[in-house]
Amino acid sequence: MKEEKKELLEVHYGKEQLYNWHCGPYWSKFLAEIRDNEKIYGIKCPKCGRVYMPPRSVCGRCFTEMNEWVELGNEGVIDGFTVVKFPYINPSTGEMKNIPFTSVWIRLDGADTCLIHYLDEKDEEKIEVGMRVKAVFREDKKGDLYYDIKHFKIADRFKYD
Amino acid sequence: MGNRVGIVGVGQTHHRSKRSDVNGQEIINEAVSRALAGAELTIEEIDAVVIGNMDHFEGINYVDMWSVDGSGGYMKPIMKVTTGGTTGSTVAAAGYYQAASGLFDTVLAIGWEKNSESDTSAAIATCANPILERETFAGAIGPLAAEYSMYMKKYGATEDDAHLAAVRDHNNGANNPYAHLRKRVTLDDVRNSPMLAYPIRLLDMCPRSDGACAVIYASENKARKITDTPAWVVTTTTRHDYTHFGDADWTIMQTLEEASKAAYKKAGIKDPLHEFDVMELYLPASSCAVKWMESLGVCERGEAPELIREGVTDMDGELPVNPSGGVICTNPIGATALIRVAEAALQIMGKADKRQVPDVEKALATGFGGCSWSDVMVLSSSKPR
Ligand SMILES: [Zn+2]
Repeated sequence: MKEEKKELLEVHYGKEQLYNWHCGPYWSKFLAEIRDNEKIYGIKCPKCGRVYMPPRSVCGRCFTEMNEWVELGNEGVIDGFTVVKFPYINPSTGEMKNIPFTSVWIRLDGADTCLIHYLDEKDEEKIEVGMRVKAVFREDKKGDLYYDIKHFKIADRFKYD
Repeated sequence: MGNRVGIVGVGQTHHRSKRSDVNGQEIINEAVSRALAGAELTIEEIDAVVIGNMDHFEGINYVDMWSVDGSGGYMKPIMKVTTGGTTGSTVAAAGYYQAASGLFDTVLAIGWEKNSESDTSAAIATCANPILERETFAGAIGPLAAEYSMYMKKYGATEDDAHLAAVRDHNNGANNPYAHLRKRVTLDDVRNSPMLAYPIRLLDMCPRSDGACAVIYASENKARKITDTPAWVVTTTTRHDYTHFGDADWTIMQTLEEASKAAYKKAGIKDPLHEFDVMELYLPASSCAVKWMESLGVCERGEAPELIREGVTDMDGELPVNPSGGVICTNPIGATALIRVAEAALQIMGKADKRQVPDVEKALATGFGGCSWSDVMVLSSSKPR
């Protein structure tokens, strides 16, 4: 008997669903300070003394409310990095990400935690953990962390050459 | 301390990059049917069902409802558990808790995923804060790559150290008929594979797969009636750390360190390297296969590269890791951590065929998920006291 050829269908859906994420008072102040004053703020836990960036209301470790705002530097040190070369969709826009890009984990001066942002250098041979980097702000700003700060750039390239 | 519980049945699909020959319910049913057949049980003998996946991958919510035809959960108590990467090990823990509570005699735990139905990295990226971290957060690959850049800097580890662990897992996977990737590779193959995100290359990283896994737990009295060789659950532990990825110290894996320490204490294990006969670990990238061995207490901090280089974790080494080929060979995400538990149970039961490690008495299984959660489960051939 001849085997019946099975037809296997695939149905495609492109979904668009809009979200409105609420920033709350801490993230709102954090983003507004970057937008209006090019200043990056952290917040200090009264119990363990850690300075968190981004600021938030509660230290998760101590379960304690935080209210002491600390101005951080616009510079910091690379804690870790990767140069992303594989294609994927940005889930926040539905568009393909522009690759390659460098994702860099920065410990800003005065902070105990890291900001994850772009570095403008895309050659991994030229990037090293421990390098100092500096925020590059846009002229026009809108309260978006990844727009208002365009990217970070290596601040002391010569030290490592 | 709950009642004693044994794993009495294990089933999994033949995992593939894309299983367009079946829909979601059908792939779940494959694993469930195999688990029931292996334990010589019928669905009527199952008292409760726990099921999990990661909703974003298939774009379907209410998986507990949606899967009923495949899971066998009709008119049974079903609970959905979904914790990202750890879904499989959390499903495993929840199934164990239910059986150990004494309220259910037999519990069916199911993990599954059809990752081919969407963009895996995009779905994973939704775990990161949309306003403050997601923009440069490239799925699982990006942060794991950054993590290894920190570890290499701190301890002088190399890309080759990770590649060697990839060679181990890929070559083990060739012995596993269920594995998605079953091709033997050399160190040069890994070195020359395309760079996904520096320093992680294609053969260093887990694939994304379609597949399902089912594990059946039974209470002490029932377990002995079902099989002579149950894999007894000694203990399971979970640890979570932060909301923000930027908060963690990525040169260590704190949740895995704390979870395993707590589990070893409960299980009375002082020397994991020598007391465990095998480990089935959720190592999503070969870099984790180096670094996380330290967090499991198998060696001191900074010593893992040597451990890998010396072959301690190879099939013929002191402590074989991932005889199944691990996550680098097979990764249907909601099932992935449950497959670790299932494979560890098969090792205890002596049913792992070509990937069997001889005389396994104690086995460790782990799960890994989002801003660093870790689950560990200790299994034993002898009933815990
Ligand atoms: Zn604190």
